[in-house]
Amino acid sequence: MHPILKLVVQRIALGLLLLLAVSAVIFLGVEALPGDTAQAILGQQATPEALANLREKMGLNQPPLTRYFQWLGGILTGDLGKALTNGADIATSIGQRLGNTLFLAGCAAVIAVPLAIILGLVAARYAGKWPDKVISGITLTTISLPEFVAAYFVIYIFTQAIPIFQPVAMVFPGMSFWAKLQAVALPVIVLVLVVLAHMMRMTRAAILNVMQSAYIETAELKGLSPMTVIWKHAFPNAIAPVVSVVMLNLAYLVVGVVVVEVVFGYNALGQYLVDHVTKRDLPVVQAVGLIFAAVYIFLNMAADIIGILANPRLRHPK
Amino acid sequence: MAEPLLQIRGLVIEATSYPPGEPPREVTLVHGVDLTLERGKVLGLIGESGAGKSTIGLSAMAYGRGGVRLTAGTIHLNGREIRLADAKALRSLRGREVTYVSQSAAASFNPARQIMEQVIETCLSHGLCGKAEAEARAVGLFRKLGLPNPETIGNRYPHQVSGGQLQRCMTAMALCPKPDLVIFDEPTTALDVTTQIDVLAAIKEAIRDTGVAALYITHDLAVVAQVADEIMVLRHGRMVELGETGQIIHAPREDYTRALVSVRSLEHQEKPPAPPVLQVQNLTARYRGTNFDVLKNVSLDLPVGQTLAVVGESGSGKSTLARAITGLLPPTQGRITFAGRQLSADLKGRTKDDLREIQMIYQMADTAMNPRQTVGTIIGRPLEFYFGLRGAERDRRVQELLDQIEMGKGFADRYPAELSGGQKQRVCIARALAAKPRLIICDEVTSALDPLVADGILKLLLALQAEAGVAYLFITHDLATVKAISDKIAVMFKGAVVRYGQKSDVLTPPFDDYTDLLLSSVPEMEQGWLEQVIAHRRMESAGN
Repeated sequence: MHPILKLVVQRIALGLLLLLAVSAVIFLGVEALPGDTAQAILGQQATPEALANLREKMGLNQPPLTRYFQWLGGILTGDLGKALTNGADIATSIGQRLGNTLFLAGCAAVIAVPLAIILGLVAARYAGKWPDKVISGITLTTISLPEFVAAYFVIYIFTQAIPIFQPVAMVFPGMSFWAKLQAVALPVIVLVLVVLAHMMRMTRAAILNVMQSAYIETAELKGLSPMTVIWKHAFPNAIAPVVSVVMLNLAYLVVGVVVVEVVFGYNALGQYLVDHVTKRDLPVVQAVGLIFAAVYIFLNMAADIIGILANPRLRHPK
Repeated sequence: MAEPLLQIRGLVIEATSYPPGEPPREVTLVHGVDLTLERGKVLGLIGESGAGKSTIGLSAMAYGRGGVRLTAGTIHLNGREIRLADAKALRSLRGREVTYVSQSAAASFNPARQIMEQVIETCLSHGLCGKAEAEARAVGLFRKLGLPNPETIGNRYPHQVSGGQLQRCMTAMALCPKPDLVIFDEPTTALDVTTQIDVLAAIKEAIRDTGVAALYITHDLAVVAQVADEIMVLRHGRMVELGETGQIIHAPREDYTRALVSVRSLEHQEKPPAPPVLQVQNLTARYRGTNFDVLKNVSLDLPVGQTLAVVGESGSGKSTLARAITGLLPPTQGRITFAGRQLSADLKGRTKDDLREIQMIYQMADTAMNPRQTVGTIIGRPLEFYFGLRGAERDRRVQELLDQIEMGKGFADRYPAELSGGQKQRVCIARALAAKPRLIICDEVTSALDPLVADGILKLLLALQAEAGVAYLFITHDLATVKAISDKIAVMFKGAVVRYGQKSDVLTPPFDDYTDLLLSSVPEMEQGWLEQVIAHRRMESAGN
C-alpha cells in the first residue's frame, strides 16, 4: 500500500473513532443532567406512577448502555427520535435546517476563504508597509466587533443608507437559488467580516515564516517578481497551517453562528438547538450536538489529510 | 581592451547589528574593496567566516542578504552601474546575467516543486527560450555534470536525490539561462570529501565548456586552487592579497596568506601502544523500528590518554558508534568495556561515575549550550552535579577551567551569543573537562570552525590531553584533522570498520580500496591536482 494511502486511511479511522467517543460523551453528559426525558415531559408535579409508566413506555427504565446503543443504532439508520416538545421527527426537522445552515456557511466560505488568502498574500508581500497595515487594521477591527454589532451596522448600511437588501433573511422551501442568495446576503457579509481576520493573519504569518527559507532567496536571485516568489515558492509550502485555520473557521461557520441567525431571523440549526436547550428537549440537544461534533471532526480530519497530501516528502517517497 | 565583465570599486557594505542587551549599532562588513573580473575568468574569493566573501560575492547581483546595505562604491556589470539600480532593473539581470550557486542546495531548492521546474524557471520567466528548449538545455547540463538518468532526474523532487546530486542540479540551474557570471558560494563545503571531488570536477568542466566567468567563494585554499585563475584573500572585510593562483599558493606575500597556506599541516607524533581505557567488542546496533544494522560487528581499543580517530563519510556509522558507547543507543550485540568494567548497554543501567567519566563535545557548540545561561553556569553545572561544589569553591574551579581553555577572567559572566565560534567550542571543552572524565567523545568538533580556529582547538585538545591524561574518541570526516591529533585510526564505511590500527600503519600503503579513495580525495594545495586524480581514476576504471 502506498504510504500516503495508509496515512489517510489512518486519519479517517481515527476520525470515526473520535466521533464514537464524542457520541458517548454527549450521551453521558445528557444522562448526568438531573431528571430525565419523562420528568421533562410530565413536569415537576408528575406522580411517581405516571413517571414510571412513561419511562416504561419510552424504554427509559432500561440500563444506560442499552439505551446508548439503541440511540447509536437509530442514528446509523437515520432515526434520531422524536422531539419532546412537539413530537416532530427530529431527523426531518434537522434535515431542512441543516440545509439552511450549510447554505449560509457555504456562501460565506466561498467569499471569505479566497478573499482571506489573497489579502494574506498581499499583506505578506508588503509586510510592514501601508497595504499590510491597512489590511491588518480593517480585519482586526471587524473581528473585534461583536457579531450582533457588526450585524446591526450591516443592516443599517444596506437597508437604510443604501437600501438594496432585506433586513430579514427568510428562506423557505421552493425559493429559487437566486432568491435565496439575495435573502442571505446580509448574514453572509457579517460572517465574512467575522472570519476574515483569523484566516488572513494565519496566511500572512505562514508565508512570512516560509519567506525566511533559503529557497526563497534562490527564487529572488532568479529575478522573479515578488508576487511570483510568494505565489509559486512560498505558498505551496505554507498550505498546511493555512488549511488548518481555514477548516477551524469553516467549522465555526457551521456551528457557531447562532447570534447571526437570530439577528436576521434565519431559520437554521443554531436557533433550533438553542430553542430546544431552553425547553430541555434532550433528544434534540443530543442529536444536534452530535451533528456539530461530526462537522468539527470531519473538517479537522480534512485539514489533516490536505496537510499530508501537500507534503511532497509523503506524496513522493524516496 | 574590452571592458571587464564585473568591476567593483571602493565597495562599502554595512549592516545593523543587534548585540544582546545593547542598543543596535551600525557595523561595516566590507571596507572599500576593489575587484575586477574579465569574461570567462574564475576569481577565487577566500577567507574565514566574517571576511565578507559571500557578502562581496552577492554584491555582484546587487543583493544584500538579511538587510545588508551596499552603502558606497560602484559595481559595474557588463558596463552598467548596478548598485543603485532599481528593483525592476535588478530583477532583469538576476538570473539572466548573473546566477548563484549556494552552499546548501538541499535548502536552496524548493521542497514542494520538481527539480526540472526550478532549473528551467529562470529561462521561462526571463523569456530566454521556450519550455522545450529550456528542458533540452537542462538535460544537456545534467548529462555534462555527470548526473545519473539525466533524462528523468528532473522529474524528481529535491528530497529524492542525494546531496551531491542536488549540488550538481543547482549548478545546472545556474548555467541553464547561459549567464555571463556564476557566483559559486562554497558549493562543495557541505559535501563528503569523496563526493566533493566529483562535484568539483563537474563544476570545473562546466565552467570550461561554457566559457562562463565565475566568482568562486570558499574557505578552503586547496579547493579554490583547483578552479581559480586568480585568488583574492580577504580578511575582516578588507583585501589582504590578490594574485595568480600559483603565486598565492607557492609564494604568498602576506603573513595572513602564509598562515592560510600552512594551516592544517599540524602533525602529531603518535604515542606508543598502551593498555586500553575503552574496549569495544563486536558491537552491532540498529535503530528502533528498522531492520538494518547501522553498526556491523565493530571492535576497537582506545589506549589510556590517547586519541582514536574514527573517520568516515556521512552515514558511515561514526556518530552511531558514539551513541552506542554513551548508552543512548543500546547495541543489539557486543560489549563495551570501560576502565576495566563492563558498561551496561542501556543508559539506565549506568552509574553516576560511568556517566561522569565519559563526556561528549559536539559539532555545533551553538546548540549544545543553553543560550540563557552564562558561561559560568554552563561550566559550573557538572561541578555541582558530579562533585557537589557550591558558591566560591565552584567559582574558583570554573575560573581554573576557563584558564585551562585559555579564556580570561571576564568570560564567566558572558552569554554564549557573545562568544565567537571558537570560544563557544572552548566552553564546551571546559564543560566536558569539569567532570574530570577519562574519555571525551569529540563528534566533529572542528568541522564547523574556520581552519585557523580549528587548529587552535586541536592544539588545545592535545595540550589538555598531555595535562589531564584524558583519552579522545575523535569522530571526523576530515583527514587533515586525523593526522593532526590521532594515535590510532579506524576507517568506517557503511557501518563497518574497514581499516584499523596505529596511525602510521593505517596511513601507509598498501591501502584497501575505500581508504585509498578517501585519502586520494583530499584536495592538495597544488594546481592541476584535480585533473591528475580524475585522470588517474578514469584510467583505473578503464583498466578494470
